[in-house]
Amino acid sequence: MKPRTCRATIILAVATLVLAGCGTAPTREDPLEPFNRAMYSVHEVVDGQVVKPIAETYVKVAPEPLRTGVSNFFGNIDDFITGINNVLQGHATRAGDDFGRVLLNSTFGVGGIFDLASMMGIEKDKQDFGLTFGKWGIPNGPYLFVPLLGPTTFRDGAGLVVRIYANPITYINDVAWRNSIYAVNYLDTRSQLLRSESVLETASLDKYRFLRSAYLRARRYQVYEGKPPPEEEENQ
Amino acid sequence: MMRTFVSTLLLAFLALAAAPTQAQEAPDALVKRVAEEVLQTIRSDKDIQAGNQAKVKQLIETKLVPNFDFARMTALAVGRNWRNATPEQQKRLTDEFRTLLVRTYSGALSSYRDNKMDYKPLRMNPGDTEVIVRTAVQQSGQQPIPIDYSMEKTPEGWKAYDVIVAGVSLVTNYRDEFNDIVKSSGVDGLIKALADKNKGPTPPPPPAAVPIK
Repeated sequence: MKPRTCRATIILAVATLVLAGCGTAPTREDPLEPFNRAMYSVHEVVDGQVVKPIAETYVKVAPEPLRTGVSNFFGNIDDFITGINNVLQGHATRAGDDFGRVLLNSTFGVGGIFDLASMMGIEKDKQDFGLTFGKWGIPNGPYLFVPLLGPTTFRDGAGLVVRIYANPITYINDVAWRNSIYAVNYLDTRSQLLRSESVLETASLDKYRFLRSAYLRARRYQVYEGKPPPEEEENQ
Repeated sequence: MMRTFVSTLLLAFLALAAAPTQAQEAPDALVKRVAEEVLQTIRSDKDIQAGNQAKVKQLIETKLVPNFDFARMTALAVGRNWRNATPEQQKRLTDEFRTLLVRTYSGALSSYRDNKMDYKPLRMNPGDTEVIVRTAVQQSGQQPIPIDYSMEKTPEGWKAYDVIVAGVSLVTNYRDEFNDIVKSSGVDGLIKALADKNKGPTPPPPPAAVPIK
């Protein structure tokens, strides 16, 4: 196909998708709602047909100690990222705990596979760049649903991009290895979500909307560290 | 994030149950006693662990449901439109909402047995008729997740009318859903949407426990 025709086709396809999602009035927090709903539909198809079956097989086939070890390994990297963010947020003691966890689990925990730090009672925190930006006063920006990634916002999405640079895995030179580890990371995360996802299915009248509400509120709660200011009632 | 919210929403529900006693039990004592009872049942009952939905549903009906004020919960979730609804509509809304919640959580309760609950000290003035009971769910290797119960004093004992998991209020989350539907198809439209949802097939039990992140 000639480049110009190809581009035109893509534009037409996207426009169609966007229009297909139309019919709901975008809210203040979700100005891109038609687009997001279209993305959500795409996600449901790809996730449902490809990713979810793999994750289900993983849970069924891989023994629990293995899955726990994998989870712990990536949890260790999370602790590292959390530590960086606590530093950026000015929480020195918390950062100390986080890096303490990383040190303990990476050494005696054999590369993070064993979570000794939790067994010893060092509490696990979870901070990310999106939260750090939030605490610095940067507002969310539009809600965004990214297929295969999930709910996010412009701010949180930027945080995810920054995370790529902070993630030690990024610096593995062997592309095959790096991609394999990314893949396992994704699989681990996806398998964690299987249970919640089935609940989302039954709990919600509209999965997209329910998920969006929960995501935005949960993030708000985290940014304000458990004391969010009261929400304004939307005019109905 | 979503996984934490939703998975612990289940735990929040399983934490409240049991018949009210003669002298009104303090709200925090109630939450603790009942949470422990239900967790204990889940841990020891082989059928539930095997995924027996009917048994889980029964556990919820007998132990959980009596400790919630579903009428108030529904009224709060429906919001401003509640006042415009007839008593008949209000009753139907409450019934359908309760069914939705019971169905939702029957589907997944069986997976949760390894979680320890942390009960925070209650901050309450003697004459208070509404309090917030704070708890947290410990997860091995993960940060604890706060679960708060908004409770009110009724003649039948303290009852919960909202559950807030990691900052996400059940009532407020459903309010978003309900508002949209009422706006486009009215209160009857909402009743129908809930009824249709409840008529659907019972959800299959979720896959085996995976360490929760």
